[in-house]
Amino acid sequence: MQIQVTVNGKTRKSEVEDRTLLVHYLRDQLHLTGTHVGCDTSSCGACTVHVDGVAVKSCTLLAAQADGCAVTTIEGMAIQDSPTTSQLHPLQEGFKECHGLQCGFCTPGMIMTAADLLKHNPNPSEAEIREALEGNICRCTGYHNIVKAIQWAATHSTKPEPNQQEEPVVADEHLFTNDVTTGEVVETH
Amino acid sequence: MSNKFIGQSVKRLEDKRFLTGKGRYTDDINLPGMLHAHFVRSPYAHARVQSIDTTEALAMEGVVAVFTGDDVKELNGVPCGWQVNFRNGETMREPKHPMLIATGDTAKHVGDPVAVIIAETKSIATDAAEAVMVEWEELPAIASPADALKPGAPKVHDQYPDNKAFDWTFGNPVEEVDAAIESAAHVTTLEFVNQRVVPNAMEPRAYIGHYDTVSDKYTLYTSTQNPHLIRLLMCAFVLGIPEHKVRVVGPDVGGGFGSKIYHYTEEALVTWASKQLGQPVKWTSDRSEAFLMDAHGRDHVTKAEMGFDADGNITGLRIKTIANMGAYLSTFAPAVPTYLHGTLLQGVYTTPKINIDMTCVFTHTVAVDAYRGAGRPEATYLLERLIDLAALEMGKDPAQLRFQNFIPPFDGVTQPGYQTQVALQYDSGNYHPVLEKGLEMLGYDDFRQAQKEAAQSNKLLGVGISTYIEACGIAPSAVVGALGARAGLYESAQVRVQPTGKVSVFTGSHSHGQGHETTFVQVVADKLGIPMEDVELVHGDSDTVAFGMGTYGSRSLAVGGSAIMKSIDKVLEKGAKIAAHKLECAEGDLEYGNGKWTVKGTDKSIGFGDVALTAYVPHVYPAGLEPGLDFSSFYDPANFTYPFGCHIAVVEVDKETGKVTLKRMIAVDDVGNIINPMIVEGQIHGGLAQGIGQALLEGTIYDENAQLTNGSYMDYCMPRADDLPMFETANQTTPCPHNPLGVKGAGEAGAIGSTPAVVNAVIDALWSGGHQVKDILMPLTPERVWRAMN
Repeated sequence: MQIQVTVNGKTRKSEVEDRTLLVHYLRDQLHLTGTHVGCDTSSCGACTVHVDGVAVKSCTLLAAQADGCAVTTIEGMAIQDSPTTSQLHPLQEGFKECHGLQCGFCTPGMIMTAADLLKHNPNPSEAEIREALEGNICRCTGYHNIVKAIQWAATHSTKPEPNQQEEPVVADEHLFTNDVTTGEVVETH
Repeated sequence: MSNKFIGQSVKRLEDKRFLTGKGRYTDDINLPGMLHAHFVRSPYAHARVQSIDTTEALAMEGVVAVFTGDDVKELNGVPCGWQVNFRNGETMREPKHPMLIATGDTAKHVGDPVAVIIAETKSIATDAAEAVMVEWEELPAIASPADALKPGAPKVHDQYPDNKAFDWTFGNPVEEVDAAIESAAHVTTLEFVNQRVVPNAMEPRAYIGHYDTVSDKYTLYTSTQNPHLIRLLMCAFVLGIPEHKVRVVGPDVGGGFGSKIYHYTEEALVTWASKQLGQPVKWTSDRSEAFLMDAHGRDHVTKAEMGFDADGNITGLRIKTIANMGAYLSTFAPAVPTYLHGTLLQGVYTTPKINIDMTCVFTHTVAVDAYRGAGRPEATYLLERLIDLAALEMGKDPAQLRFQNFIPPFDGVTQPGYQTQVALQYDSGNYHPVLEKGLEMLGYDDFRQAQKEAAQSNKLLGVGISTYIEACGIAPSAVVGALGARAGLYESAQVRVQPTGKVSVFTGSHSHGQGHETTFVQVVADKLGIPMEDVELVHGDSDTVAFGMGTYGSRSLAVGGSAIMKSIDKVLEKGAKIAAHKLECAEGDLEYGNGKWTVKGTDKSIGFGDVALTAYVPHVYPAGLEPGLDFSSFYDPANFTYPFGCHIAVVEVDKETGKVTLKRMIAVDDVGNIINPMIVEGQIHGGLAQGIGQALLEGTIYDENAQLTNGSYMDYCMPRADDLPMFETANQTTPCPHNPLGVKGAGEAGAIGSTPAVVNAVIDALWSGGHQVKDILMPLTPERVWRAMN
């Protein structure tokens, strides 16, 4: 079926299988690989994105259900992020400042969940932060520094609306230049 | 030379890519023409493949190939990295671990694969798996290691009817230990299970095998902790392909915790399949598969006895343990319960007589391997539960009982290392102050008062102490070689100074969350006196990094960092020759600091970048000296390192429901010198969460057919944010005397001390309420705690 989704400010028309999950659409068709798959039971939250401004686990939604919606992924969170200029979202800054990430795999989902929390509760208590993170699993940090990172963002927030107009970096570009080196060149000869 | 970066909490250089969704994990990589693999797995823990029919699957559109066990029968199995023989000299039993189970053979745990579908898309491969017809003959299965030893237990491998992989004894002669226990004034006995847990790195395992038909070269992208080790094992033992034709890349890896050391069958299979098909083949595990297939941790059944004299001095320790190996031997499996466990039973105490009797058994479960701490958490759990329980039984204070039995301080420089009864010689230690500091942070005396008051209420309070030691910086090659390791455990590094004075550092260590790209750069920048931005760390690719043994056993900085230091020394030594020539002085007249060589007592100097350029443009150059400034080194440690510390848990136990709430978690760790305190603290936090998880939440549950009944995040209770408090951490620094950075390693400490601290706290709470309970099976669920009180 055909769907039209605005992803990180850019309108995408795509043909998807009926059974395609939103997360697979984002990762496999749009190559937005910052959204991760950590489980198959909608329990870990690594795939959390915003659909029409609400944090959802993109493995619980069919791509078809996002038809006509605006989706924000981690790639669209920075206020500005080009090779020459970079201004990250306060949550991204907070995670760096407070060492809120180690392996980085759960991080995009954590940030998307936390952004939803701060939108509704700009000054959450520690308990409120921990409760909001209930649906996101991190195996590296013990959550201590994630809580601190979100507290940091709450106190450093200056209208952190992500720039939806900014053209996101299409993963294809760096996929082919960075990831795939010798093997790739040979294949495309 | 003063340090500008070492000791500073420098923010991580690697963070930005992860924060902006540009981390590059294996599953994020897509190659042109890439095919997708899906495995057909045994639904039974033990079943014979009577027949397998792939016709229908092969006929499906988009299916490229279906391989069964019969297709890979001639290939070797995946190897085990250690050999620990029976005490009577019989060779360790090492059954073949095939990539796929062939017709007529038996699957030996749920998930054991029988076929692999390779298709144009992942969904086609998944669909086609449903069309593979396997006729199974279900056979009886066993998951419990203790039951596997009973007469008549189902056999995992027909050729080993007693299910033993090997047995082992270690320490003082058992008669001496028997005598010590028998003559003790008090003996504390504890029979317990250190339950099986699942490492659960958040990134599921993923592999891409890519055989390139033009260059006749293989590339394997793999979510591994040790790319070079995978290359070695896969090339030399499984596929028999030459190493120089194989590139193994471990790109960004989303956590390991030991479960990504193992060379898994799927890694070899996608590599082999790519050669058969001439196209790249990707496989990414889903979480359900991860629960079934990733190496698990722990799984010991133990009887432990600790003897004391009338004054409370420990006189002997006698241990009998059964350790579950799973169905096959993983890379580190034989080492974990033996040389990473039995050798740690001295703990931080002066126990004069120690003996362990260990039996390692096969069961119809997935292989056990290293899991954060690997053997050392099991040893610490045993010791710390015993000493806390002994204090309760003898009516002594658990802190005082520890103080009186601690090994006295020794720095390993002016005083020798401490020779244990179990082979190891500790490098340096000072155990008393870490406990003192922990008690001070807790406010111990006030706590005991509060506990007395709480005993009258519905919420009991308890405190649990654990004072641990670990053996890290794995490991001196000759020592581990004598103990059965089949590989050296040194590390390699290359420091390549570019002509402009910028520096590329290549390390065989692998970062999968540990922050090497920052910590290692801090070290190099300081030692060379140059800015951090002039240094880049390269890791995880066997084509760029010459060799490496990878990251596990808290070894990266202690072993990998030391290898880098050796290369830096070589750079500075050669640089001094060039500098002396340029400055027309003797080498001995030079001193190095702040990125330049200076003639002592003068203002004549030459910068690091100028020397680097001279090395590559050697027009004015010392006679006989080779151009270039690029040095490789191998560092083989002289000893393990021995971090130690004190973890203290405070819990509240609801008398009505048995629910345990962890109120405080205090950790005072001594990991030697610290390069980046922020990163070390983060490592401690993560370890604490995993240790607490084992105590209160996590554990596999197998049914009578050896089916894992909690193999998903819906069923297996992972620690979540609201299960944990803010952690209270502090450090003490006792440098490692035998490596150039004085570091000991911090990756595993948190997971080693915390588990017994939490369980001790719950037991303490129960005793305060009049319930003299010796043990509660982990995890300490509300039901188990309630039953212990009622």
